[in-house]
Amino acid sequence: MVRYILKRFFMMILTIWIIATLTFVLMNAIPGSPFNEERTSNEAVQENLERHFNLDEPPIVQYFIYLKSIATLDFGPSIKKPNSTVNDLLGRGFPISAELGIIAILVALLSGIVLGVLAALRHNGIIDYLAMTIAVLGISIPNFVLATLLIQQLAVNGGFFPVATWQSPMHMVLPTLALATGPMAIIARLTRSSMLEVLTQDYIKMARAKGLAPYKVVIKHALKNALMPVVTILGTLLAGILTGTFVIEKIFAIPGMGKYFVESINQRDYPVIMGTTVFYSAFLVFALFLVDIAYGLLDPRIKLHKEEGN
Amino acid sequence: MKSQTTQSHDHIDSNSKEIPLDWFKPLEGANDSANTVVRPSLSYWKDAWIRLRSNYIAMGGLIFLILLGIMAIIGPYLTPYTVDGTILADQNQPPSSTYWFGTDNLGRDVFTRTWYGARISLFVGIMAALIDFTVGVIYGGISGYKGGRTDNLMMRIVEILYGLPYLLVVILLLVVLGPSLSTIILALTVTGWVGMARIVRGQVLQIKNYEYVHASKSFGAKTSRIIRKNLLPNTMGPIIVQMTLTVPTAIFAEAFLSFLGLGVQFPVASWGVMANDALTTILSGHWWRLFFPAFFISATMFAFNVLGDGLQDALDPKLRR
Amino acid sequence: MKKILEVNDLHVTFSTYGGEIKAVRGVDFELHEGETLAIVGESGCGKSVTANSIMRLIPSPAGKIANGEIIFKGNDLAKESDKNMRKIRGVDISMIFQDPMTALNPTLTIGNQLTEGLRQHKNVSRKKAEQKALEMLDLVGIPNPEERLKQYPHQFSGGMRQRIVIAIALICEPDLLIADEPTTALDVTIQAQILELFETIQEETNVAIILITHDLGVVAKAADRIAVMYAGKIIESGTKYEVFYEPQHPYTQGLLNSIPRLDQKGEKLEPIDGTPPDLFSPPVGCPFTARCPHAMFVCEKVYPLRHEPSETHYADCWLYDERVHTPNLMNKKEETT
Repeated sequence: MVRYILKRFFMMILTIWIIATLTFVLMNAIPGSPFNEERTSNEAVQENLERHFNLDEPPIVQYFIYLKSIATLDFGPSIKKPNSTVNDLLGRGFPISAELGIIAILVALLSGIVLGVLAALRHNGIIDYLAMTIAVLGISIPNFVLATLLIQQLAVNGGFFPVATWQSPMHMVLPTLALATGPMAIIARLTRSSMLEVLTQDYIKMARAKGLAPYKVVIKHALKNALMPVVTILGTLLAGILTGTFVIEKIFAIPGMGKYFVESINQRDYPVIMGTTVFYSAFLVFALFLVDIAYGLLDPRIKLHKEEGN
Repeated sequence: MKSQTTQSHDHIDSNSKEIPLDWFKPLEGANDSANTVVRPSLSYWKDAWIRLRSNYIAMGGLIFLILLGIMAIIGPYLTPYTVDGTILADQNQPPSSTYWFGTDNLGRDVFTRTWYGARISLFVGIMAALIDFTVGVIYGGISGYKGGRTDNLMMRIVEILYGLPYLLVVILLLVVLGPSLSTIILALTVTGWVGMARIVRGQVLQIKNYEYVHASKSFGAKTSRIIRKNLLPNTMGPIIVQMTLTVPTAIFAEAFLSFLGLGVQFPVASWGVMANDALTTILSGHWWRLFFPAFFISATMFAFNVLGDGLQDALDPKLRR
Repeated sequence: MKKILEVNDLHVTFSTYGGEIKAVRGVDFELHEGETLAIVGESGCGKSVTANSIMRLIPSPAGKIANGEIIFKGNDLAKESDKNMRKIRGVDISMIFQDPMTALNPTLTIGNQLTEGLRQHKNVSRKKAEQKALEMLDLVGIPNPEERLKQYPHQFSGGMRQRIVIAIALICEPDLLIADEPTTALDVTIQAQILELFETIQEETNVAIILITHDLGVVAKAADRIAVMYAGKIIESGTKYEVFYEPQHPYTQGLLNSIPRLDQKGEKLEPIDGTPPDLFSPPVGCPFTARCPHAMFVCEKVYPLRHEPSETHYADCWLYDERVHTPNLMNKKEETT
């Protein structure tokens, strides 16, 4: 187990390093990046940039200074917002994005699992068809389409919810729904197929042959095994939710990190793009690392053959 | 089919004395009938096609996609308007006999632009799937076939690429390369092939141990021949499914990028760009500007998803009887 | 000996996309305390379905008991409610499955899987349950039971796992144990050990065993009585010695000729040609007709009369009817018997 964790940890550091390096190399390649801009109109901004990125030094030295700044979680100044650093923006935006993201992933997990289990238990029944129709629709309708649809129908026309921003629980309903539907659909489908497979296993028959109550067979014997594949895709889902926040925050005018990120893309605010990309990547890779460990804890077989199970 | 006499024989009681005595004589040629195969054997693809055809939802998806393809080709020629031709007098016109899907805020015909968007979306989706396919099959095929240390190293690389957050890398690349049709496809495929490579490798690993591969190896067949003749036909099922499901992912990614301002640039229109431009209509009420691109994105993704599901059921040899 | 199980005219059907499969078509047998009945047959003959029907574990709604009674200690299990069935399963009737590699839940400890049935039914404390689990592991011959309780299935070999499965099945001291191909997935040496274990357990607990198998070697070692199934029907039944030494039905004879025997040297093995009939539309007459070397016209048309050479032995076959008078046929029969 310790070896497994160490190996995963090493992979995590390696991945973050690759992303950081990739970002550095790519940013060095474009005109208009902090590394190549001759003079920004704003003297103060230019000074900040030079101080943070050490633009006088040769690129290789810059690279190591850059790596060091990432290791210390200092992502430098913004070009377009002269009085803010990337860290300021993250500090302001990330908690809101995280709140939205966490609520969405919890909603997606809970409803997806329930939907998937019900569909599997009523295989080929009405609930199954209904759940799977919802799931295919959920996968097919892009979150931004769903978001606009929800605003139009439930906020503008219906008036049940406020149109935008992030202030009260009522404000959170529509963005959460828009963000959670896609992952929920994926979880529901995966839970269903995995549950169906588990239910045909001998150990389920064995559990029934012991005379256990149906709920016990399902919850104790089937669900844990059926949720293994769901755990493995949690990382991917989290990535989907995170990138989803970019458009959802834009549409609902939620002042989260996603909104700043989209702004920085449109304004070509390179230090913010760099910083956010590296920060988000590191965050996701770390989440993936945690998921791997959780998987190792859940599945007692992991020590023997973790490479086989794809 | 049965004659009246045999019908009545069915009801003869075992104890009955009615059974004619001459029935107790040996039956000639009975053993032969036991050996004949009842079910006609069908080729893999024919069998798959029959099963796909009986899946109405998947067939609905396929038909929708064929129609969409046709409209993407001829749609823009059905109107007198061009994709970027602005008619300033007719801004934000609702759907009518002149403008079938209405016009946008610059007076451009939404109908014409929608089918242009279909071209872009389908092109992006299909190109991404084809490139993923090519790279993934080559990479995964080599990795799985060679095995051992080569496989180990190649899969380590895949594992790292798999760990990279897909859309973030795509965004970063597009920021650097500048958004255009070709850079979008490039960015989408830079890490997109990884999933395909994994599937192909898994399939190859599974199949290369089968007897018939050993057999052709022992006849001295070349590696390339074994891959072409034995491995590829048997791995095609999951690969086709993966390709079908890559298309909607790519279509979604393109629309998503357009939403972030990283989509294809003026004067070309993609559904994502159209939807993004139409965001303000949530409040203004020009619903048609948002509805048509949003509907077609969703319907196309839906069609590809149900087709992919249908193919998965149809092509899975484990379900064959 | 007390009779504990009586199955009368059991019919089980499965509805599939292709139509209705008549998997079990009128099966009768009975079982006494401390007795082992082997149900033998090729795969697909309905032997596992019969076993699962007794447990009422056929997959519903596709499969259902269409007709017949399963009288267990005076109650008809075929009509029992699901709730009552749960009180019978694991307590009065237990089941062992073919593949010990898949019969244990990979994510739960052995101790947990051993004790949960006991705790569900007998309402005993955790400590008492564990005590009982230790005794059971000891009974089935697993060394270091204390340590083993905390381990997971993947830490055991196949033979060990099957012992655990047996321990789980026996922990509530059932009266009837249904073993569905319990040794098929095991090595030959382990097979023998498991069969010996059955014997020991039967001596100690007087449990009745239904042994489902296609392996006549297993039958020879473990069974008291044998029922031979073909195409959803029991076509011959008798004591072990009757069936092995005086097989009446051509199918049974074929089965015995298709396995190697040490006591009859120099005989050629004869596989039975052909495949069993389609159970979507089972034949009206004897289902073995198409593969039978002695088939007669009547076999195709009418299901055979029961031929009973002894009180404990019967076979459903027309060959023994007095109306069979064709001389060359009689010669053939003498050759084989």
